[in-house]
Amino acid sequence: MSPRPAFQSAPHLGDWVSIDQDGAIVLYSGRVELGQGALTAIRAMAAAELGCQPDVIRLQSARTDLSPNEGPTVGSMSIAQGGYAVRLAAAALREQLLMIAEDLLPAEREALTLKDGIVFHHGEKTELTVGALAHKVDYSPALTEDVKILGKGLVKAMAPRRIGLRERLIGTPFLHDLEPEGLLFGGPIHPPTMTSELVEIDLDALRARPGVVAVIRDGSFLGVVTESSYETARAVRWARNNARWRETATAPDDYMQALAGANEPFKQGFAKGDVEAVQGQRYETKVSRPYLSHASIGPSASLATWQEDNLEVYSHSQSIFDLRDALANVFAMDQEQITVIHHPGAGCYGHNGADDVALDAALLAKAVPGRPVKVVWDREDEFRHEPMGAAMVSHASAILRADGSIAAMSVEVTSPPHANRPGSSGLPNLLAATYLSNKMISPQSQDVPLEIGGGADRNAIPIYAVPNMKVSKRLVHSLPYRTSALRSLGAYCNVYGIETLMDQIALARGEDPIAFRLRHLDDPRARAVIEAVAADSRAIREEDAAEGTGWGIGFARYKNTEGYCAVVAHVQVKDIVRVTDLFAVVDVGETIDKDGVLNQVEGGMVQATSWTLKEAVTVDGTHVQPATWNDYDILRFSEVPRVNVRILDHATEPPVGAGELAQGPTAAAIGNAVRSAIGIVVPNLPISRDAVIKAAMDASND
Amino acid sequence: MVSPVTPKDLKLKVNGIERSIPTDCDTPLLYVLREDFGLKGTRFGCGTGGCGACTVIADGKAVTSCDLPASAFAGQTIETVETLATGGDHPLLTAVLKLQAAQCCYCLPGILMAAKALLDDDPSPTRERIVSALDGNLCRCGAHPRIIRAITEAAAETGGAK
Ligand code: FES
Ligand code: FES
Repeated sequence: MSPRPAFQSAPHLGDWVSIDQDGAIVLYSGRVELGQGALTAIRAMAAAELGCQPDVIRLQSARTDLSPNEGPTVGSMSIAQGGYAVRLAAAALREQLLMIAEDLLPAEREALTLKDGIVFHHGEKTELTVGALAHKVDYSPALTEDVKILGKGLVKAMAPRRIGLRERLIGTPFLHDLEPEGLLFGGPIHPPTMTSELVEIDLDALRARPGVVAVIRDGSFLGVVTESSYETARAVRWARNNARWRETATAPDDYMQALAGANEPFKQGFAKGDVEAVQGQRYETKVSRPYLSHASIGPSASLATWQEDNLEVYSHSQSIFDLRDALANVFAMDQEQITVIHHPGAGCYGHNGADDVALDAALLAKAVPGRPVKVVWDREDEFRHEPMGAAMVSHASAILRADGSIAAMSVEVTSPPHANRPGSSGLPNLLAATYLSNKMISPQSQDVPLEIGGGADRNAIPIYAVPNMKVSKRLVHSLPYRTSALRSLGAYCNVYGIETLMDQIALARGEDPIAFRLRHLDDPRARAVIEAVAADSRAIREEDAAEGTGWGIGFARYKNTEGYCAVVAHVQVKDIVRVTDLFAVVDVGETIDKDGVLNQVEGGMVQATSWTLKEAVTVDGTHVQPATWNDYDILRFSEVPRVNVRILDHATEPPVGAGELAQGPTAAAIGNAVRSAIGIVVPNLPISRDAVIKAAMDASND
Repeated sequence: MVSPVTPKDLKLKVNGIERSIPTDCDTPLLYVLREDFGLKGTRFGCGTGGCGACTVIADGKAVTSCDLPASAFAGQTIETVETLATGGDHPLLTAVLKLQAAQCCYCLPGILMAAKALLDDDPSPTRERIVSALDGNLCRCGAHPRIIRAITEAAAETGGAK
């Protein structure tokens, strides 16, 4: 998919940039900072066009009453779309400033440049400054792609520094830290499952708990407002223990089995050639991953205030405009009566509880008009009530010709939907909205269509040069758990399946897995990252393999249209799998913020290592079980591999995101490394101690 | 809640300042630091000692502050992340800023305090000692490799000058 212009809904120059009364350039980006450093890169792109240092540009944080509506900050599209629009806007502003200067001086346009807020003529300073020209700027023109871009290459050389890093380390940058005058603290008591109803709670007794200012019940929504966050925590705990709920649904004993045996129909998403007609040696693998938690370190939080008929909400949502519309839907208000202001939370890695907690805060604040109410979910809320990353099964098969080339590949994906963001269905899609007395049940999500990147079937189309292919998806709606986007969506599991299948075939043929992949790739950029990662990891691949050690490779092009990433993993297996080293080489087109890309890829690899080795959400019937970190262990410092990432820069290609490149390739590299270490494939993730033992037993029984 | 000083108050020293809390204060130290003392650099992550986001140093040791009442810290000397920037930047802060060893940073204050307790005790720790000192601190963004590098660099700075 080519970078879609993000400026369709915000077409004018003034939607993106302005010059304030001090002569400072102000940037309005609808993108939000999620800890991924996107705004750092986007501001640097503007600075390169305007010939200034990034830090002199003021960044207006995203809010629904001021910022361009760019849609959600998701799918690694911030740089490709948001950055692209900002680059065009900044370049257009520069051209206009120089045109104004051309008239004023007068001087010929070609001799004028802009640097550090001053107009230069033939490299000599003039008296004209951006501040002095500001009043003549016309912000009404529409943005066009027909403007000269100076910044390519410049931005990378600028090596922008992360915005606000110091404040994030020792200051109070988070939503959790907001403390406006008159602040009260709210806490929801969520029904224990998506399918239970509140039967009974002694509201008077709850009201009498220490510090309680207000108690709210609406349908099965229950909440308290108190004077301090600890009083809220205690009141919530009391209410959880004293409320009676009725469960209205049942769940299968084993959700993975239920998924694997689902009988909803498969829908074909992509096909070329005729897979059915191909004859030859058949290989296949069926891999799966369990439900995963976003497991943000900082729980979801929001702050809401009602002033008469207006609602103001601070949120770390990825989609503040959709959240505003969803809230308007719940409260039957006009969009203009609601302002959603983005304020940082902890890293979210997809659609977590950020939007849901905003509705909780708005519902609770309604009971105390004029007073701001802050809601910070507790850890149990965060694990049990956020939308999880969907469990899924990916079944990949290939048919080999006698000459050893792959003639056909098919991938069949079975999964609950990976998309359930607010507003995406015309209904709010917010947790509490589903159990207010005026229930607003979200319709079944149809997942993300393959044409715009796919959801469960993201990266299900094998990237290899194979003449016959078929990809189909079976969406399962029968499991009583809430799922939505988790970093890379279905790509993680689909790449695990396809890439472990590639190794399975190469091994069966006695062929080197790297050479086997290269033989099936004609895209030079794909070949380049694989060759580069092979070179970077050569020493470790060629060292004498000690007992129980091995290496493996994994490769993908994210969404088949975005960045390229090849990973080599080295593992040591003794009861448990330890990943000792990871190497990655990526190609994200034009590199805007080199350190930002490295940081995103490293982080993605570490997170994927955690998913791959350790993580699974356990359920008990309809209950999502984890309540504390004891119930959901993630990778710890002592388990983190050495990580080595290199970028192949392609300044002439459009820049694309880096945050979701590495998940699938990392999982596949680890899976393949485990096979080379102990001769066993573990198809069902995670590759935990138990899974290794079980796979070994299955293998010896064969 | 912290009420006006009474003779029965317990004392603790926080970042060099004497503070008092009522003897019966059962509120965990974390909430008292954030909401009563205005020291909001220390973060709430889980409230059950499981993530390390709330780590502070008490009498020289890194401890979680979310799961013990403030009264349990009576008589102790507490250091929070804010001290890393008082009277010049601590080498740990300098190194993390220089290497941009963070993503969302929510975990970082707790990690910095665990690392400071380590460096105070062992100015030139091995990688093994660093990762074992940080094993109670979770980071979901996967900034670990950079954080380990930053601590190693800070150790080289402080090495010997305990
Ligand atoms: S908040 Fe204290 S350990 Fe998690
Ligand atoms: S940097 Fe985000 S949790 Fe560590």
